[in-house]
Amino acid sequence: MNSNKPLDLSAKVPPIKPSKLLSNSRRIEMFTYMLQAREFDLAMQRLNRQGRAFGGVYSQTGNEASSVGSAYALGDKDVLFPMHRNIGGHFVFKQDLNTLMLAFLAREGSLMRGTDGTGHYADVKKRIYGNVSHLGAMIPVAAGFVLASKMRGESVVSMTYIGDGGAQTGEFHEGVNFASVQKLPLILIIENNQYAYSSPNSVEFACVKLSDRALGYGCFGVTIDGTDVELVYETCFKAAERARKGEGPSLIESITMRMRGHAEHDDFSYVSREELEYWKKRDPIDRYQKYLLTKKVLSLDEITSIRTKLIDDIRSAIDYAVDLPFPSGEEGFKNVFID
Amino acid sequence: MAQLTYLEAIADALRTEMHKDERVFLLGEDISTYGGAFKLTKNFHEEFGRSRVLDCPISESAIVGAAIGAALNGMRPVAEMQFMDFVTCGFNQIVNVAATTAYRWGIGVPMVVRGPSGGGVGANPFHSRNSEAWFAHASGVKVVCPAFPADAKGLMTASIRDNNPVVFYEHKGLYRKIKEEVPEGEYIIPLGKARIVREGIHATIVSYGSAVHFALSAADELLKEGVSIEVIDIRTLVPFDQETVLASARKTSRVLIAHEASLTAGFGGEIAARIAEHAFEHLDAPIMRVAAYDSPTPFAPTLEKAVLPNSTKVMEATRKLLLY
Ligand SMILES: Cc1ncc(C[n+]2csc(CCOP(=O)(O)OP(=O)(O)O)c2C)c(N)n1
Ligand SMILES: [Mg+2]
Repeated sequence: MNSNKPLDLSAKVPPIKPSKLLSNSRRIEMFTYMLQAREFDLAMQRLNRQGRAFGGVYSQTGNEASSVGSAYALGDKDVLFPMHRNIGGHFVFKQDLNTLMLAFLAREGSLMRGTDGTGHYADVKKRIYGNVSHLGAMIPVAAGFVLASKMRGESVVSMTYIGDGGAQTGEFHEGVNFASVQKLPLILIIENNQYAYSSPNSVEFACVKLSDRALGYGCFGVTIDGTDVELVYETCFKAAERARKGEGPSLIESITMRMRGHAEHDDFSYVSREELEYWKKRDPIDRYQKYLLTKKVLSLDEITSIRTKLIDDIRSAIDYAVDLPFPSGEEGFKNVFID
Repeated sequence: MAQLTYLEAIADALRTEMHKDERVFLLGEDISTYGGAFKLTKNFHEEFGRSRVLDCPISESAIVGAAIGAALNGMRPVAEMQFMDFVTCGFNQIVNVAATTAYRWGIGVPMVVRGPSGGGVGANPFHSRNSEAWFAHASGVKVVCPAFPADAKGLMTASIRDNNPVVFYEHKGLYRKIKEEVPEGEYIIPLGKARIVREGIHATIVSYGSAVHFALSAADELLKEGVSIEVIDIRTLVPFDQETVLASARKTSRVLIAHEASLTAGFGGEIAARIAEHAFEHLDAPIMRVAAYDSPTPFAPTLEKAVLPNSTKVMEATRKLLLY
């Protein structure tokens, strides 16, 4: 895969590369998380149009395989530092819908008490650490987290994400270099979804593949099709294995497409119809669904009933959250410092 | 009690805390074998091992960011900026990640970022800066600027034990210049308590860091003329001990604020505003300030002397204040 070259619009959609590491029940689980991420995304878009969700609503559509496949490869001691298009990872790490919906809508009792929004929160018990808006900033932090684990002789892998735009920050460089020097168990997924806000890859970088940078850092690097969830899973699972063996970080460029605007306010008129058509054929959920149906892992009826249940659950999470009041203004004065 | 320099007192605090608490570790540039640019951590790696005295690449964002990550994971890191000037390269991590974490996540970031700051040593604009006010404005970081060895030790201990991020400004000009009795073993001075370094009745000089020493020598001179000056060392900008400052303003009715950092939007402005708001009717003179000229800190000794405050400038300003 080549991240910085014109698309071959006539290219055939490749088949899913099945992972030998996955049982059918785990395939179904991954697929369910992907569907959940998609349905959550559609729900957020609706809430935004209705004026009930405010702030940036960053679409996850197109990123489900990348987000779910990567997080699913982690173990139960590992930690996740998700970014703004990694709702899938929140679900893999067992974040419940009500908590997530409350946080997104900043209602009373939400994880961040209304101090911040979207998926920025940390839920330490669930090993989910959030982020700040400043792109790249969490890479050194995710590295430092496992520096501490390593000092105590604990085997913990830390996974975080960055975009094709965020990968051009100084903190990306400092973080990856630091993690490589210290051989830290860090997995950094560069989700190259073709655009950074309105900027295509050609505005952001001049190298052929972003994973080529791994050579310069002395860590492992690979560029993969980020719309094939089994390939993402297998690549990340192996990265985690290397990390646990003390072989250091991995830089995984996952090629995807941001199927909507940067956030819901953006009409993405700068993306051509042809390009969207190309990627529509590579929709991560459609691809995987086709595979699961062909292999008879699931039937269409079963998929429909999974989907119906997910939609119902999301609807009741919305019902639970939207009518709650915003937190009282008093919350704004708390916790600037803690004891 | 031992006679320690300011630098030795800080090293003593680090060493004592590292012995006491396994979670405390150091990271920075050239801090192990070399012992740090000012040799503050000399031989530390022999005592604690290189993983607790971690040499890092020249990556201030990564150093501060890794410290934050480690702090989130149960450690108490102390990150050294080789010169505090270079904290600019780690600024984002401090003001956007560390400073917002308690507010957003309800979790502490028990981290100290420390290093040598300040001018008067013939360095250059990039090795002399006093940037403490930037962090006082960040909301969510504590800011410490000790002026004496014992205070430096006690405040460093408190900073390491604090559950919030602390930016700790050491003055490089004081490192080996002053020596005093410093309590041995664990010694802690709570953050947010100003110290009345000298009691007086005719006027108050509020200061911190190197300027406390300018204030003291000005007070010495004036005492020969029978003028008694109260000198307050605020010691920490955040938290700020407003009460001690206000009490002194009410007592002497004349206040001069002195700091080595440049004047405009310096912390002295904040102190002046607090006094003006809460002790206005007690004042017999306008609040005055002595600070560096609003320029980068220049290289040549003549220029540096011209723009930075010193004892003479503080004394002249105090006379003006007394005559008003
Ligand atoms: C350091 C920084 N600069 C600018 C922004 C504003 N901004 C937010 S998202 C974004 C585009 C990010 O693109 P990319 O990294 O490719 O991630 P994507 O949104 O495509 O997933 C920009 C410019 C920011 N959040 N952080
Ligand atoms: Mg992008």
